[in-house]
Amino acid sequence: MTAKIKGLKCRECGSEYKAEAFHVCEFCFGPLEVDYDYEAIGTRLSRESIQAGPFSLWRYVDLLPVEGIPTVGNSVGMTPLVHAKNLGRKLGLNHLYIKNDTVNHPTLSFKDRVVSVAISRAVEFGFKTVACASTGNLANSVSAHAAEAGLGCYVFIPSDLEAGKILGNLIYNPTVLAVNGNYDDVNRLCSEIASEYPWAFVNINVRPYYAEGSKTLAYETAEQLGWQAPDHVVVPMASGSLYTKIKKGLNEFTKLGIIDAKPTRMHGAQATGCSPIAAAFAEGRDFVHPVKPDTIAKSLAIGNPADGYYALKTAAESDGRMGHVSDPEIVEGIKLLAECEGIFAETAGGVTIGTLKKLAATGTFHKDDVVVAYITGNGLKTQEAVRDHVGAPVQISASLSGFEEKFKLEDKGKRLSIQA
Amino acid sequence: MAVTVRIPAPLRKLTDGQGDVTADGATVAQMVESLEKNHPGLKERLCDDSGSIRPFVNIYVNDEDIRFLKGPDTALNEGDSVSIVPAIAGG
Repeated sequence: MTAKIKGLKCRECGSEYKAEAFHVCEFCFGPLEVDYDYEAIGTRLSRESIQAGPFSLWRYVDLLPVEGIPTVGNSVGMTPLVHAKNLGRKLGLNHLYIKNDTVNHPTLSFKDRVVSVAISRAVEFGFKTVACASTGNLANSVSAHAAEAGLGCYVFIPSDLEAGKILGNLIYNPTVLAVNGNYDDVNRLCSEIASEYPWAFVNINVRPYYAEGSKTLAYETAEQLGWQAPDHVVVPMASGSLYTKIKKGLNEFTKLGIIDAKPTRMHGAQATGCSPIAAAFAEGRDFVHPVKPDTIAKSLAIGNPADGYYALKTAAESDGRMGHVSDPEIVEGIKLLAECEGIFAETAGGVTIGTLKKLAATGTFHKDDVVVAYITGNGLKTQEAVRDHVGAPVQISASLSGFEEKFKLEDKGKRLSIQA
Repeated sequence: MAVTVRIPAPLRKLTDGQGDVTADGATVAQMVESLEKNHPGLKERLCDDSGSIRPFVNIYVNDEDIRFLKGPDTALNEGDSVSIVPAIAGG
């Protein structure tokens, strides 16, 4: 079989490198990206070959940057694409879908996709230790996959993360380093550490491979829609990487003839308290001014988004919009999705739903457009955000009279008449 | 002003493999010129043709991003510690 990976290539100046654990162009500091041999891939990839593959993201292995048989994350991906009829009715959309990565295996966020690719690749490179800089979900996934692969593991997180995300690391017994600072501080520290230690930092020196895992959200969406691209997507943005990779995934499927060409409009969502990409979009800039994040959406709290420039380009090319929502709107978004569809999203999901709602209200969609909203993480990990906004249990004694004290007779009457 | 500059791995070919070098200058822009004098080739890696710092290069003075200070005009004091860090993604 012809190799599918030609090497790495700088997105800015086009300089070419071998496919090694290396992420920055030595010449212009631009980010490196995997350079595929699409001609070779095209000769063997088809809808049939994909469907004959495993029920996981590895059914798309021909378009993922591992050379051999993937070694970790055999059950990652193929999460539900839910037709959100109730939420759609509220927003005036007949074909609204939720791509539900709140139930991704094993750590309940889309990060399981990128990490299974990054660590499979790190194992191919011969690394014995993996690491990451994380806002939480990534650290959870790296910790779990390192356990599965039997690798050493160091995860670096801001010290003020949600309790669920801290425990969600410790249970796998990695070394957890809580850094006194925000994510951008953690990121910078890790970049310096990565220069000194022979570790696979999944989102630093292994980043070109890692980031490709996000494309599988686009592949799965297209396959689950019956081999077609949506008319619109709404994607949460932190660094902007996921947003640009969903576009790349759709482009690759189109180029390889897996789906018909369709001008999918790419919409990005940020929290108002950390919206450097949305602010640049609103002001018509093609570059991002970094900000100091202040939002409950901690998983999106990246003030210096490395892929912001490419995200702005993707929005411009696809006639996309970028929106942002306040902390109260994030909580409302989480509750709206839960109450309408029975899906409990984390704060990033509240950002996506809040932005979707705003886009719908401003006439961005036609009622029969196929709209896909990406829900990338699970609400059980960010309980602090909604704890004071969800009411409380009704306390009763363990007796029928205790129960009936709390309910009016007409309630009882209704139930009896239903039973009769 | 003599300052210490941390050089990231991708640029160490230009500093004989050294991770820390010293440089002079009253501002970040002057420090870049000083780096170029001692390690020819560094400036064009850090700055584009117009002399502006490239978009994928982050420079920190005593742990603060210079974009929150005065950019290339940020003043340097004796003994300051400067870090050059490539942009990174993901969270």
